Amino acid sequence: MKVQDWFKSGSPWIWLNAAAVSASLIMVFGLLALIMVRGLGFFWPADVQQMDYTDKQGQEIRLMGEVWGEEEAAFQTLIDNGYKLTGDAEFITRYTLKTGNRDVYGADFRLIIEPGIKNKSTPDDALVVVRREWGNFYGFLTSIKENGTELKLDQDALWSEFEQRKERALDLHDEIVEIQKSDIGEVNHGLESLRLLKKRYELDDDLTPENLAELDAKRKALDARYEVIQKRLNELNQDITRDSFIARTADGQEREIQFETVVKVYQPNQMSLPSKLGTYFANIWEFVSDEPREANTEGGVFPAIFGTVMMVILMAVLVTPLGVIAAVYLREYAKQGALTRTIRIAVNNLAGVPSIVYGVFGLGFFVYFLGGNIDRLFFSEGLPAPTFGTPGIMWSSLTLAILTLPVVIVATEEGLSRIPKSIREGSLALGATKFETLWRTIIPMSSPAIMTGLILAVARAAGEVAPLMLVGVVKLAPSLPLDGNAPFVHLDRKFMHLGFHIYDVGFQSPNVEAARPLVYATSLLLVLVIIALNIVAIQIRNRLREKYRALES
Amino acid sequence: MTEASETRTHGINMDALERPVGPSDLANEEIALEVSNLDLHYGSSQALYGVNMVIPKNRVTAFIGPSGCGKSTLLRCFNRMNDLVDGCQIKGEIKLHEEDIYHKRVNVANLRRRIGMVFQKPNPFPKSVYENVAYGLRIQGVNDKRKLDEAVEKALRGAALWDEMKDRLNDNALGMSGGQQQRLVIARAIAIEPEVMLLDEPASALDPISTLKIEELIYELKQNYTIIIVTHNMQQAARVSDYTAFMYMGKLIEHADTNTLFTNPSEKQTEDYITGRYG
Repeated sequence: MKVQDWFKSGSPWIWLNAAAVSASLIMVFGLLALIMVRGLGFFWPADVQQMDYTDKQGQEIRLMGEVWGEEEAAFQTLIDNGYKLTGDAEFITRYTLKTGNRDVYGADFRLIIEPGIKNKSTPDDALVVVRREWGNFYGFLTSIKENGTELKLDQDALWSEFEQRKERALDLHDEIVEIQKSDIGEVNHGLESLRLLKKRYELDDDLTPENLAELDAKRKALDARYEVIQKRLNELNQDITRDSFIARTADGQEREIQFETVVKVYQPNQMSLPSKLGTYFANIWEFVSDEPREANTEGGVFPAIFGTVMMVILMAVLVTPLGVIAAVYLREYAKQGALTRTIRIAVNNLAGVPSIVYGVFGLGFFVYFLGGNIDRLFFSEGLPAPTFGTPGIMWSSLTLAILTLPVVIVATEEGLSRIPKSIREGSLALGATKFETLWRTIIPMSSPAIMTGLILAVARAAGEVAPLMLVGVVKLAPSLPLDGNAPFVHLDRKFMHLGFHIYDVGFQSPNVEAARPLVYATSLLLVLVIIALNIVAIQIRNRLREKYRALES
Repeated sequence: MTEASETRTHGINMDALERPVGPSDLANEEIALEVSNLDLHYGSSQALYGVNMVIPKNRVTAFIGPSGCGKSTLLRCFNRMNDLVDGCQIKGEIKLHEEDIYHKRVNVANLRRRIGMVFQKPNPFPKSVYENVAYGLRIQGVNDKRKLDEAVEKALRGAALWDEMKDRLNDNALGMSGGQQQRLVIARAIAIEPEVMLLDEPASALDPISTLKIEELIYELKQNYTIIIVTHNMQQAARVSDYTAFMYMGKLIEHADTNTLFTNPSEKQTEDYITGRYG
């Protein structure tokens, strides 16, 4: 076949299309694969390696830890950095070893080069202790102390005793956290409400002796309750500090570690594959369901997941009516002329405004102007501490609602314009007014298109970070925007967000090396959350599509 | 043989027209609608020129004429569907029982309840059969289940659809056949008990069997409703109507009882059309 014929046949274009589609798919799946491998590997309880290492200065030390990374370093660069090397290799393997024990060595990681390593081994009794502070501890268990005195135990009893006391401390810790969160939180909430109520009475000139007496009585009751809780808390705190254990690091230093600081302990070198798998999934679950520790570099991201989902749902609730009403007006009621065209162009262009600009707008208009006025009108008892006049989840949702409004408007208009004229006429001919026709027939029939708009809006809003930094996201929110204290939904609260969490952990963290896998894991989670939200929306749309299957032709 | 072929004009069996159509003189009929001096413009082009006619009550009036002659336009004037068209201007008067329907105080939605319409292509809503028929009543605020049930059954019986559909009332109307859909649309229209029914080529998108059913239905409906039907099909006009109006180029050329118009047209243009010289 001649080249010209081949061009005419159209197959080069088909190949070109196929190549473009493949390139897109490879990019998408490559991205997902990268963050999955990097993110999910983090949760695996890797073996702990022990080795003798000769460092730059020629000193031999014994190290123990997990190998986190390896790379090829140029021979010359290492020489320039002060390593004493001989031979003619071009590249030397360099490992990043997580040695933990920040309280002992001052750092979590250590770079070591292959030629300095001797006597590699994986001792069975190596212990990994995940702690609430100072990061992981790697070492060996030597003995257990109760109230400061060492217990006389043989080797077998030592471990079972250790497990037992660890469980006890964890239970106590759970109880303490529960009391602090729910009971003390409730009392504090009550006291704060009383304080505001008193201020309210003062502002209204209504602080009668009866009111004051009532407030005092309530406060007394709360104080009494607080006393009881505090007493119980003191007891628990006393209890939890009873036990500690002595552990030895690889290079022979001994440390006393309080059981109360222990999150979990495992001995990876003697774990079987199933128990490693168990730990792996437990670690993933902990990541998804726990709160962060140690400046977000450890622990879970539950508050961030919760904040992201709640913010997006609120956004969807706000943007849908607004966008649909605007689109209905533009398409059905407004006279189609130069003005409508201009408005339509303006709306479309709004989608192209950089998101940080919306953030600035949200801060200036929603937070300071609207929020400030709401505070003056309804929450004056709280001033000067702002209630709504400060960044919060409601303002974030509203800002993102504005940001995604054009998408919903455009999609809804599309949907409205696709409804056949015969349906409108059919309804009007039955004596329905235009509004009844819209409400009963046209809008329900456009609902799949509205959902399409909403899907796009959700996808965009869930991934947006920049504007949120101005209108409500924080790196650590003390409480969720939804809890057991009336009025249950706290729209004025600040919240955590997965997108911002990635930024915070990846770039603002004191321990960047430790946090890097968390960045991947959190990214993966953010992608999964967005996919989940989208799947829900797509399911709803498909159901609606089935219901309002458009007329043939 | 020759005699039989002589009674056929344009393929219409004129013997079929010999059936009794009641009082055949337009002047003796009770008048439902009266059109006087109706001009209609779409923007700068004129679609109707000085139409004057009367529509007799409880009779079937057919509008025939070539495509673009304005018969559908005239039909859509009766329930003010042309109001929806941008740039449509109407001069002249249409009276429904002595009331001007273009008076500015007329409630258009109410008018359309009194003058129902069925379109060329079946246009059921994407709802259940039941909800389609109940639509007009729900618009009027009827939500009582028993009343609705009764009205739906009555309308479906009226449209000869009850026996087929009584067990499938909750099925989506879009799953029905074209002929069923068109009868459903008629049921939907008669559920709100209008005085006049406008049928805009109701059978043109249907197969012969469905067409026959629709025509039988029209014959039934005549007892209670004033019916105006636009059709391209002259046999159909001859079969179903009592009176026929022939329109050409936006003008009403001739309006007489069907028998007379087809067998003895007074206008040359009418004769040319029904004998197939043009159109």
